[in-house]
Amino acid sequence: MTRVHDMGGRFGDGPIRPEAENAPVFAEDWHARALAVTLASGFLGQWNIDVSRHARERLSPKDYTRFSYYEKWISGLADLLVEKGVLTLEDLRGVRGDKPHPLADRALKAEAVSAALAKGGPADRPSNVAALFSVGQEVVTVRPAANRLVDGGHTRLPVYASGARGRILRLHGTHVLPDSNAHGLGEAPEPIYAVAFATSELWAAPEHPADQVVLDLWQSYLQPA
Amino acid sequence: MPHDDHDHPHALLPPEPALRVKALETILTRKGLIDPAALDEIIDTYQNRIGPQNGARVVAKAWSDPAFKAALLEDATPVVADLGYYGRQGEHMVVVENTPDRHNMVVCTLCSCYPWPLLGIPPGWYKSDAYRARAVREPRKVLAEFGVTLPQDTSVRVWDSTAEIRYLVLPMRPEGTDGMNEDELTALVTRDSMIGTGLPRVPA
Repeated sequence: MTRVHDMGGRFGDGPIRPEAENAPVFAEDWHARALAVTLASGFLGQWNIDVSRHARERLSPKDYTRFSYYEKWISGLADLLVEKGVLTLEDLRGVRGDKPHPLADRALKAEAVSAALAKGGPADRPSNVAALFSVGQEVVTVRPAANRLVDGGHTRLPVYASGARGRILRLHGTHVLPDSNAHGLGEAPEPIYAVAFATSELWAAPEHPADQVVLDLWQSYLQPA
Repeated sequence: MPHDDHDHPHALLPPEPALRVKALETILTRKGLIDPAALDEIIDTYQNRIGPQNGARVVAKAWSDPAFKAALLEDATPVVADLGYYGRQGEHMVVVENTPDRHNMVVCTLCSCYPWPLLGIPPGWYKSDAYRARAVREPRKVLAEFGVTLPQDTSVRVWDSTAEIRYLVLPMRPEGTDGMNEDELTALVTRDSMIGTGLPRVPA
């Protein structure tokens, strides 16, 4: 099993509530602040994107479910700041210590924001892992969907697509493996593919026989069919 | 081992979300770890400068220029970067084309992955449990909730953004737009049409 965030295919969530095209980007001012505090903290360089995703996923199922989107962000961030030693529990309790912080010289400055966001953080890396599959080839995803390096760790194979037969649609190149990178075990780049699944492979009552779901899956999530 | 302690540090912050954010921002600012002016700059970027108007320009250009469209479908990342659209959450772009035979729709069931440089910050519904849970299993019912009904012989391909590749849907150019220039076409392209939950506007 993976975790509570892995909700693809779940029943019971009710209708979707579309928003107007011109609705505000941030429904509340604090949403904008939560996003900005999270991005700015990331630039302190104490974690990568896989670590930060995993921090949100590790919220307890109760918190994950009751928190709104940006509450998950800010709470995952607080947990991560403590876990990585950037802040202490005393800091979160509001105990003032006015010593300069050793990471303060890394703080993102206003004039550096534009370049930092424009630079991005590509995930492609050279890899010595050879591509085992070619476009058009049939593959089966591993089952159960789980991190094989760290029990209960981060993975990007959703439960709904585990043990399913699909077809390689494209090779994206070689990318950082989140299952490793989220846990300080290195980037471990390997081939990653877009894999197309017939809906009959995934659902008991597919809506339409010709529909498909495509997932981006690392080679270690796949086996030959 | 992942940490599964049940006394999560975040519980030490105020429970009310706006206060929780404010408290963390204050602590980090006091320690010199974040600069409030940098936060304002980040917010201004995504509120005013980077948004679906970027993607709309790409779509209108693809509708107008067959060579551009071919290059875009072949390898979108350098093509959109040439227009100035590159950066965080848009490092690896793939554009998927709607046709009479196939409709494409994008979701991220595991979190909220979305092509920021082209579409900005995702709308609330894209990040909702309902969309994340249902888009892969019943895309046609989801589309109906957006007012879209596809012909029975159009198949749906749902792209679940499980990695760092970001998808943009290239919608079909609406009928009755012959002779329109790129600016006029851009005005027809909606955010939802580039996620695949909507169709472009039809000229009046």
